[in-house]
Amino acid sequence: MVKPFTQHRGRLVTLPRRDVDTDQIIPKQFLKGIERTGFGPALFCDWRYRPDGSPDPGFELNSPAAEGATILVTGPNFGCGSSREHAVWALAEYGFRAVIAPSFADIFTSNCYRNGLLPVRLPAPEVDALIRSTEGGIHELTIDLEKQLITDDRGFKTGFRADPYGRELLLRGLDEIGRTLLDEPSIAAYERRHP
Amino acid sequence: MTKTLFERVWASHVVKQLTDDVALLYVDLHLIHEVTSPQAFAGLKREGRAVRRPERTLATVDHSIPTGDRSLPIADAVAARQVDVLGGNAREFGIELFDLTSPGQGIVHVIGPELGATQPGMVIVCGDSHTATHGAFGAFAIGIGTSEVEHVLATQCIALSKPRTLEARFTGSRGPGVGAKDLILALIGKIGTAGATGHVIEYTGEAIRALSMEERMTVCNMSIEAGARAGMIAPDDVTFAYLKGRPRVHTGEAWTKDVARWRRLRSNSGARYDTQVMLDASRIGPQVTWGTTPGMVADITARVPDPAALGTDAERHAAQRALQYMGLEPGTPLAGIPIDRVFLGSCTNARIEDLRAAAGVVRGRHVAARVRAMVVPGSQRVKAQAEAEGLDQVFREAGFEWRNAGCSMCLGMNDDILGAGERCAATSNRNFEGRQGRGGRTHLMSPMMAAAAAIEGHLVDVRGW
Repeated sequence: MVKPFTQHRGRLVTLPRRDVDTDQIIPKQFLKGIERTGFGPALFCDWRYRPDGSPDPGFELNSPAAEGATILVTGPNFGCGSSREHAVWALAEYGFRAVIAPSFADIFTSNCYRNGLLPVRLPAPEVDALIRSTEGGIHELTIDLEKQLITDDRGFKTGFRADPYGRELLLRGLDEIGRTLLDEPSIAAYERRHP
Repeated sequence: MTKTLFERVWASHVVKQLTDDVALLYVDLHLIHEVTSPQAFAGLKREGRAVRRPERTLATVDHSIPTGDRSLPIADAVAARQVDVLGGNAREFGIELFDLTSPGQGIVHVIGPELGATQPGMVIVCGDSHTATHGAFGAFAIGIGTSEVEHVLATQCIALSKPRTLEARFTGSRGPGVGAKDLILALIGKIGTAGATGHVIEYTGEAIRALSMEERMTVCNMSIEAGARAGMIAPDDVTFAYLKGRPRVHTGEAWTKDVARWRRLRSNSGARYDTQVMLDASRIGPQVTWGTTPGMVADITARVPDPAALGTDAERHAAQRALQYMGLEPGTPLAGIPIDRVFLGSCTNARIEDLRAAAGVVRGRHVAARVRAMVVPGSQRVKAQAEAEGLDQVFREAGFEWRNAGCSMCLGMNDDILGAGERCAATSNRNFEGRQGRGGRTHLMSPMMAAAAAIEGHLVDVRGW
C-alpha cells in the first residue's frame, strides 16, 4: 500500500546540486538487505558523515535549520542513475514527503509515486527562488496534491502538475497490484491473443 | 502508417489504456537478481499472491557476489543471505535461477542475450537501470524499481507513461581505435545526462548499422546515462545471425517465421521522432570522462576543462565540485593522467568481443608497475569462451587478475572496490562520486583504452599504439 499524500505542510531543506544520483542518495553498501526498512540513517551517507562516522557539519541536512525538514528542494536531474528503490525508501524513512526540483530521472519518479513520496517539478527559476528564500532560516511550505498547488505564509504561490497516474496512486494510497489484478480478464485476453 | 520502431513495439503490448498517457503493457521477459527482488517477493508472500508467469522470469546472481574463488563460501554474511533468499524465492515460485555454481551465471544483461532469451520486439523489464542493453535487439527494455518488480511478478504487466522518441543518428564510419563506447559517450557528452529523460532513444545511421551485436549492446546499455527510459536499434541480419542457434530461440520453420516477423520491426521512412540528434562518427575520437557524471566527458586529446569557461553558474559549480572530487586541475592534458587501478568488466563492456579487443592491446606487454588491473568477464560463459581462446593467459601474463563473472567493481557491492583517492580506468558505465568505493576516482572509457592505460600506467590515446 502506498502511504496516501493529499496535503502536506513541512519545513524545507535545500540541496543546491544538480545530477544528484541514487548512488549518493543511498550508497551501494546499504543495498544488501532484504527489507524495505533501515535505510533512513544511511541517506546521503558519504556526504552526511565524515570517514570517521561523525556528521559533517558542512552538509546541508546536518544544519540546525534542517532539523525536522520534510521537503527537499534540489537541482535538476535528481535521482539519476541506478533504479534502486532503496533511494526512495531512504528519503521516505528519513522523513521526506516531497522533493522539489526542476527535473527528475524517470525511474526515480516512478519509484516515488509507489512509496508515498511526491516528486514536484517546478521551473528552475522558482526552485532557485525557494532555495534563496530558505537561506539561513526556516521556511515552511504547504503542498496540496489535490489542487496541485504550493503555498507559504509569505505569499509564495505556485501551481504544479503531477503525473495523473502517479497522483492518483498517491491521493488514494492505492495498492497498484490489487488494482491491476482487477484487470485480470484483459491480461488473460492478451495472453490468449499472444500465446 | 508512419510508426517508429518503439511505437510498433509499444502498440503491440498494450493490454489496456489506463489514462491518456499511461498504458498497462504486457511484459515478455522479466529478469531478476538478488539485490532488487527480495522485497518484491516478500510483498507477494505478505499478500498471498502468486507469480503469474514464472516461465517468463529468469533469475541470476550478479550484483553483490564475490568474483574470487567460487569454491569458497561467500564471506559477506549479508550478501550471502541475499543470494540464499533469491534461491529460496526461485524454488518457491518455480523460477529458473542461474546461481553461483551454474555455468550460465553472469550479469543479468549479459546472460539474457547469451541465452537468446532477449529477442526483437519484446518488452523486457528488470530491476536494474542498465536493462536498456536489451534494446540492441529491437526490444523495448526498461529498468524498474522493486515495487514494479513485484507488480510484474504478480501481473506480468507494467503501468507506464508512454515515453517520447529521440533519434540519435550516427553518420559516417568510425575510425580505428574508436569503439562503441566512444560513440555513446560522445552522445551523452553532447546531450547531457538528462538529455533524453522521458524519451526512448532509437540509434540509427550507418555507424550503428556497422556495429556488431555486442557493440550495439554497449551503445544501448548506456542510454540510461543520457536519462533515457530505453535505447533501441532496429533488428537486422546482424541481430538474426547473433540469435540463431541460441538456446531460447526457435529452430526450423518457427525460426524462419520469427525472422520474417522481426524484419518488420523498423521505423518507417516517414516516421517522426519527437527529437533528433546527429553525430558524425568519423569525427569522434576515443572518449574519457574527467568528472563525476558520464556527461563530463571529452576526447582523449583534450584537456581537463576550466569550469570558469562553462556557460551557467550551475554548470560551473558542478564542474568545480567534480574536479575537486577527481583531484584534477583545469588545463591538464587527459592523456598522461596517472592511474592506480584498471577495471575491465560490467554489463557495458565485459562480453567476449570486449575481452578480445582488450587482449589485443595487452598481448605481449605488461601492466605498469604500480597499477592493479583486473578482468571480470560478464558471464561464466564469456569466461569459458575467453579461456578456450587463451585470452585468460594473455591477461594473466600481462599481470591482470582474471576473475569470475559479476557486476564487481562497476558498483563495488562486493569487495572489489577502490580506496579513497585511487584513480581507476574503467570500462563500466558510471563515474559517480563513490560509485566504485568512497573517495574512488573513476574514468570511463572503452576496453581498448582501459587496456592501454593499464600498460602505460596513465590515460593514453590508444590510436598512438
